[in-house]
Amino acid sequence: MVETTDACRLTRRTLLKIGALAGGGLLLGLPLHARTEPPDAAPAELAPNAWIRIQGDGRIRLVLARSEMGQGVMTALPMLLAEELEVGLDQIEVESAPVDPAYINQLLGEQATGDSTSVREAWTGLREAGAVARTLLIKVAATTWGVPEAECQARRARVQHADGVRSLTYAELAADAARLPVPDQVTLKSPADWTLIGTRQRRLDTPGKVTGGARFGLDVRLPGMLYATIQPCPVLGGSVRNWRGDAARQTPGVVAVLPVRRGIAVVAETTWAALRGRERLELDCRSPASGIADTDRIRDRLRIGLTGRGTLAHRAGDATTALETAAQRIEALYEVPLQAHACMEPMNCTADVGPDHCAIHAPTQSQQGALATARRLTGLPAERISVQTTLLGGGFGRRREQDFVADAVELSGYLRRPVQVIWTRADDLRHDYYRPMTLHRLHGGLDDQGHPVAWLHRIVGPSVLARLNPSAIHDGIDPSLVAGAVDLAYAIPHLRVEYRRADTPVPAGLWRGGGHTQNAYVTECFLDELAHLAGQDPLHLRRRLLAASPRHLRVLDLAADRAGWTTPPPAGVARGLALVEAFGSLIAEIAEVTLSDNQVRVLRVVCALDCGQIVNPDTVRAQIEGGVVFGLTATLKGAITLADGQVEQGGFDTFPLLRFDEMPAVEVHFVPSESAPGGVSGIGTAAIAPAVANAVFALTGQPVRTLPIRLASGVAVS
Amino acid sequence: MISVTLNGELHELELDPDTPLLWVLRDHLGLTGTRYGCGEGECGACLVHLDGAPVKSCQTPLAAAADRTVTTIEGLSPDGRHPLQLAWILEDVPQCGYCQSGQLMAAAALLNESPRPTDAQIDAAMSGILCRCGTYQRIRRAIQRATNPEARNG
Repeated sequence: MVETTDACRLTRRTLLKIGALAGGGLLLGLPLHARTEPPDAAPAELAPNAWIRIQGDGRIRLVLARSEMGQGVMTALPMLLAEELEVGLDQIEVESAPVDPAYINQLLGEQATGDSTSVREAWTGLREAGAVARTLLIKVAATTWGVPEAECQARRARVQHADGVRSLTYAELAADAARLPVPDQVTLKSPADWTLIGTRQRRLDTPGKVTGGARFGLDVRLPGMLYATIQPCPVLGGSVRNWRGDAARQTPGVVAVLPVRRGIAVVAETTWAALRGRERLELDCRSPASGIADTDRIRDRLRIGLTGRGTLAHRAGDATTALETAAQRIEALYEVPLQAHACMEPMNCTADVGPDHCAIHAPTQSQQGALATARRLTGLPAERISVQTTLLGGGFGRRREQDFVADAVELSGYLRRPVQVIWTRADDLRHDYYRPMTLHRLHGGLDDQGHPVAWLHRIVGPSVLARLNPSAIHDGIDPSLVAGAVDLAYAIPHLRVEYRRADTPVPAGLWRGGGHTQNAYVTECFLDELAHLAGQDPLHLRRRLLAASPRHLRVLDLAADRAGWTTPPPAGVARGLALVEAFGSLIAEIAEVTLSDNQVRVLRVVCALDCGQIVNPDTVRAQIEGGVVFGLTATLKGAITLADGQVEQGGFDTFPLLRFDEMPAVEVHFVPSESAPGGVSGIGTAAIAPAVANAVFALTGQPVRTLPIRLASGVAVS
Repeated sequence: MISVTLNGELHELELDPDTPLLWVLRDHLGLTGTRYGCGEGECGACLVHLDGAPVKSCQTPLAAAADRTVTTIEGLSPDGRHPLQLAWILEDVPQCGYCQSGQLMAAAALLNESPRPTDAQIDAAMSGILCRCGTYQRIRRAIQRATNPEARNG
């Protein structure tokens, strides 16, 4: 439940410190003693570590500690502060946070953005920060007028007395408020009094994005800046044996050609000169000792893991025995391919490194990671390093990585000039940290009533977190590989989920929706296979298996109602359903699909979402629309494949994205909820592949067990 | 010396005529609103107008713009209040926003040709501009809003 008007004791992370600003203002930050210093964090005294700055000149500045990559945090998080502070979004300025322990994302354990955590993590802390500032400002006003605080009300950056005459602006109150101690308790507003949370607020970042004024990483311009591009070995994991840079050096505008960690760098006065110079490089590469990656070979390697011992990830009842005694059985092998992120803004970073400073300007999802990277490469202490976050032209997990940050820091360190490193689209697609390829073997058993009684799921794939967050791996289980598979909501009495780790030479990383995107596809499609075997309607079967889960039933029923599930679709059109629970949210998606020229065409997607309390409804809607499109590209269009150690896709011709004329009508319906917010970035992505695949199954009678969906030639509509 | 009228202003440029217009705009003239997405003409993030018609600036050498008129997102309107820009704000179209300069310039070129475009004309004009965030549905709504005077301020 949402906190009510009862006073609430402040959480640890918002044991706030109050300070005075030069010129008579109020600054609200985190006290030193409340900090837990993470490794590589900047010392406390360096950063201003404030959430709110109310200046004597009337300006109110709110700090944004998460990266805006399209998901709307630049609006949603200030809404949380502004709601309790009692200021309008038109009265504030938003500035991006420096690296500081105050800004650690408690759900990720570092100052970073991802995993659909931003609003969930900020929900309590930012509102409390706003409430503390409001409480102090009211206290000063009440003292000034000699009236009880209860007679004072804050509204639009002003405290008013109940007499309707007296009022003082926050700017006038700020200096005195800065001298007060932090209250032990504050009262959060009752949801009935909210004027921002839950209302549609236009995004604060939109105006800059329609005039060209928005500044992404590639738009950073520093005095004396050079532009660079790096030619890596095309073979994954390979290293440069010999290279010749004479022709590249002679290219007009090229300033330097030099070896760096990731390959050979060409540095020039303009991007174009660097790219032209790069074309003239001659490179001879050595293959990696770990072997040449190849899609068929990776598949063979994963196949080995389908048999033999697996690590038990989840168990309920005795699935093996239940399967043996089941009235009907079915077995299926699913394959989920490698996927790239393909952010529209290719990877890039700008750095200015000198003997005693390092300034990074980056479209990064991990400010703390960028700082650690700079420390490692420069040897500079943290207080000499700054990280300025630009807008991100897409993130999707790719920008948690540090490779592009390291490029710029390394090159600027060599050249002692500001350097912007740009990756080409081919670099971006061929040197990603991909969503890994996984294989899944499932066995399902029905009793003589057609009720699912046994479910065995073996997942085989490389570990993603072994590199990124090894401490998250317990008993050999990588939670990102089994997410969604080990926590099936369906009441199947005998369940067994196993994981078999099988690492491959292909770098594996985080992807929008994470392991849910693989496991939701597999489990929701296999459930439809069971429904088919039992001769049951997929919605009916799910409702039976979720009879004791009212929250799940609500999203299922809302989606079914809005999609008109019980009304047969027109001839040649079929519907597919998928239900996903992830990031504290629930979604049911129903896709309407037809075939045209033996291609799957998605006509309409109806989504019913329960994501708890919604902060900015239209942004949530946009996240689901966007998640659906992101997932549709992976469902219908393409995948990453390797041959001779090289990624075969180097552009949007071979890695096509869903186009404008392929866009289905996406509807998003909300289940009202007063629970704390859930995440919404990845969940729409996870549900779309099974919804579409199940519709294709309904249309053709053939289950879809690999992605992207490729119909056998001449598939008939059954 | 190559003369180009850029966003209403005459520029005399002493640059390699093979330089793609994209990099002339971004690196030489500081107009970073035109974005690099692929450099191969596949994504449309770099779309600008050449004599009012849509061209992908990464595939347009500076020489091709000689003595012609180029309009970029920065020159689409004097005050950011082109009907499409207003509609984009009202529909909250952009997510990450990186492709949106190209989307807006493609839509503006369409409206120059067809002030009241049909759905098929919108499809044809917009299908070459990729958006990874999936804003297509809102782009269509915004174009329809901008071309329908009654809906403009809704």
